[in-house]
Amino acid sequence: MTGKVEEPLAPSAFGHLRRTLTSAPVLIALTILGIAILIALLAPFLGTGDPIAIHPGERLKRVSGAHWLGTDAFGRDVYSRVMYGARISLLVGLGAALASVTLGLFIGVIAGYFRMLDSIVMRVMDGIMAIPGILLAIALVTVSGASLMTVVVAITIPEIPRVVRLVRSVILTIRDEPYVEAAIALGTPSPALLLRHMVPNTVAPLMVQGTFVFASAMLTEAAMSFLGVGLPPEFPSWGNIMAEGRIYFQLLPGLILYAGLFLALTVLSVNVVGDAMRDALDPRMARKL
Amino acid sequence: MNALVLNIDGLSVQVVGRPATQRVVANVSFDVHQGETLCVVGESGSGKSVTALSIMGLLPRGNLASRGGRILVEDEDILTASENRLRALRATRMAMVFQEPMTALNPVEPVGKQIDEVLRVHRKFTRAERRETVLAMLDAVHLPNVRQIYDAYPHQLSGGQRQRIVISMALILQPKLLIADEPTTALDVTTQAQILALIRELQEKHNTAVMFITHDFGVVAEIADRIVVMHRGCVVEVGAREDILAHPREAYTRMLVSAVPSLIPRQRDAPGGEIVLDVVGLNKIYSEKRFLGSARMVAAVQEVDLTVRRSEIVGVVGESGSGKSTVARCIVRLIDPTSGAIHINGSDIAGATRRALRPLRQRFQIIFQDPYRSLNPRRRVGDSIIEGLVNFGMRRDQALTKAGALLRLVGLDPDAMPRYPHQFSGGQRQRICIARALALQPDLLVADEAVSALDVSVQAQVLALLQEIRDRTGIAVLFITHDLRVAAQICDTIVVMQKGRVVETGRAETLLTAPRQKYTRALIEAAPGRHWDFQNFRPLQPNGAGAIHNPTSRPLPAR
Repeated sequence: MTGKVEEPLAPSAFGHLRRTLTSAPVLIALTILGIAILIALLAPFLGTGDPIAIHPGERLKRVSGAHWLGTDAFGRDVYSRVMYGARISLLVGLGAALASVTLGLFIGVIAGYFRMLDSIVMRVMDGIMAIPGILLAIALVTVSGASLMTVVVAITIPEIPRVVRLVRSVILTIRDEPYVEAAIALGTPSPALLLRHMVPNTVAPLMVQGTFVFASAMLTEAAMSFLGVGLPPEFPSWGNIMAEGRIYFQLLPGLILYAGLFLALTVLSVNVVGDAMRDALDPRMARKL
Repeated sequence: MNALVLNIDGLSVQVVGRPATQRVVANVSFDVHQGETLCVVGESGSGKSVTALSIMGLLPRGNLASRGGRILVEDEDILTASENRLRALRATRMAMVFQEPMTALNPVEPVGKQIDEVLRVHRKFTRAERRETVLAMLDAVHLPNVRQIYDAYPHQLSGGQRQRIVISMALILQPKLLIADEPTTALDVTTQAQILALIRELQEKHNTAVMFITHDFGVVAEIADRIVVMHRGCVVEVGAREDILAHPREAYTRMLVSAVPSLIPRQRDAPGGEIVLDVVGLNKIYSEKRFLGSARMVAAVQEVDLTVRRSEIVGVVGESGSGKSTVARCIVRLIDPTSGAIHINGSDIAGATRRALRPLRQRFQIIFQDPYRSLNPRRRVGDSIIEGLVNFGMRRDQALTKAGALLRLVGLDPDAMPRYPHQFSGGQRQRICIARALALQPDLLVADEAVSALDVSVQAQVLALLQEIRDRTGIAVLFITHDLRVAAQICDTIVVMQKGRVVETGRAETLLTAPRQKYTRALIEAAPGRHWDFQNFRPLQPNGAGAIHNPTSRPLPAR
């Protein structure tokens, strides 16, 4: 009865999606994100020079026509480094998000569907979660040596358990749905059962979770670089730029501030978009509005 | 005539922001007098619950709003009353009992305290007086050990006990009007009979006006003085019980009443086909594993034997917790039985491994209760129907052709195939589910409460469809239901289950007219409205089916 009453009230799903995704803060966040992506893609064509070319004569210069954001302690052009830094940060974020979602989906489906493996898999995940993420990442990088690949892997692993838990809970709720039972009764083999009937239900929550991993991976990368255990110093990542600028902060605060500003704005934008997606995809939120 | 308690005049309710043509409730008028029971009947979407919420002043704000009309409760208009006034009127002048007692009660507070709150808000009693009043009320609704119950939490009580708590909460301030919105729909049939008797008893004691909302004509025949029939937000017909049930004026009422399945089983030939399903000594025991010590065992199904022959429909009836669904799910191997044998066409599937089972799955199919959850919302209807065929190696285009024929068989147009489940009504979806189950041409169809979620007119159609398919294909059907009327209508043989065991098995007509076991008799006696033959618009002769005195029923006037 109540279901019937609500039906005409619930606005169409797409209308709700459009309204959530076109509110002012979300539009601003999407714009910032778009600019960050453009900067990353077009870094060589934005009036930048070589971000790692050292000019001993040009050390610690203030903002000028030749160096739009000044130079750092090695005489490298800060503007070029910050622009190229967008590449590293977005790449690390995207890589960690994709890797943790893919692996998490795989492991989560196994844990949720094959009940015998569930407790083993989940105890391993609990184990990973018990270690602070940044500590685990630092340990992994220390053991395997610093490179872009190891940093992405090191950031991905601590994020996996959260994704696994999410996917497992979705699978556990869906597997008792009558339509899944009907498919079992129709003799649908396990792989088809998972792909046709169960995995599609995880897409929406995974998209949301992915954005959060994206944001936190960029922050973790910056934190690791700042601590000196992230990417090797020649990489112009925002974390490295800030780490190197730290000692000259009183002399040239811009060394930290410019990179920090870009990092903060990008992470904030990703989070705003992620929140908006969560609201848009959650039918319960749709009712309230 | 007794004093007028409720007078609704031209009530209209509509969705906020929608045009007035799409009204949820349109121009509804009726009244209820002191000491009278008015039943509001209608199928889902008829606007009966919205009418009830309007009377309580509980329409969801911002979603539904009344547009015109008056609701007078003892000459005071609810629609124009202030929020404060409404708060004072609720519970003192009108009160409501909802369908699901578990959600109507706060799960984290003792029930006594929840009833106490009503008194605390509306009366200036001392703590001791309040406790005294609550205990007296719990006693009045015939709860045992009232002091213990006072401190119990909702989850510690049974469904029937919870509904008694909700009723005592509604009636503690002796309101003039009690609105009961499907108060027994979620309850077992024996509990339902007790709750109906209780409402009747309290009504007589306090001369309360009762507005009883239900979709169940059995209940209506038991308790109604007068009946309001609603359809799509409009009142179709208002009249005394005998007039509506015996001489309905409107075609819609006529259709609705005659769709109620009769409790009198039909005369059928004894099934003589070969045995399709033979279950021997089936057990399903759930054990709760503990880290230390022995596991706690719960036997859901114990030593169940049953057989289904070709062209036979065997009904398994029982109340909730009787294990009937567990039996169904064991037979189609959605769960693994603990022990026993399940022979389908002679081959035992009880212990078959997953791999060995897969080719056998073509032989047996299941349809479920909830048509809204039985189809994958993301898949097209055609894809859902052909899933089994494709699994067993048929080419997609061939399978789709076959799906079209199946849709026609279940009374739908093959145009339905490229559409999604949400574009269909509950009854249509159940037809799609039947088509999907029939696609593999199984020998056995298990229907687990397959018509329980459907409106009575749709239910009648789906039952007719199942019978037609049985007649045409000779399929054997195991029909799980809690509703004796449905079982009487469709089943050749009935198996009665209680607490995981088979109590009685027999031909439908013998079992329903001359039950041997006490429990079977109790079930039949509790079936509401069994003194009325709805399909023929007349009361049953006293020597008709299961004519045992029913204390909840009002005597019918001689005609």
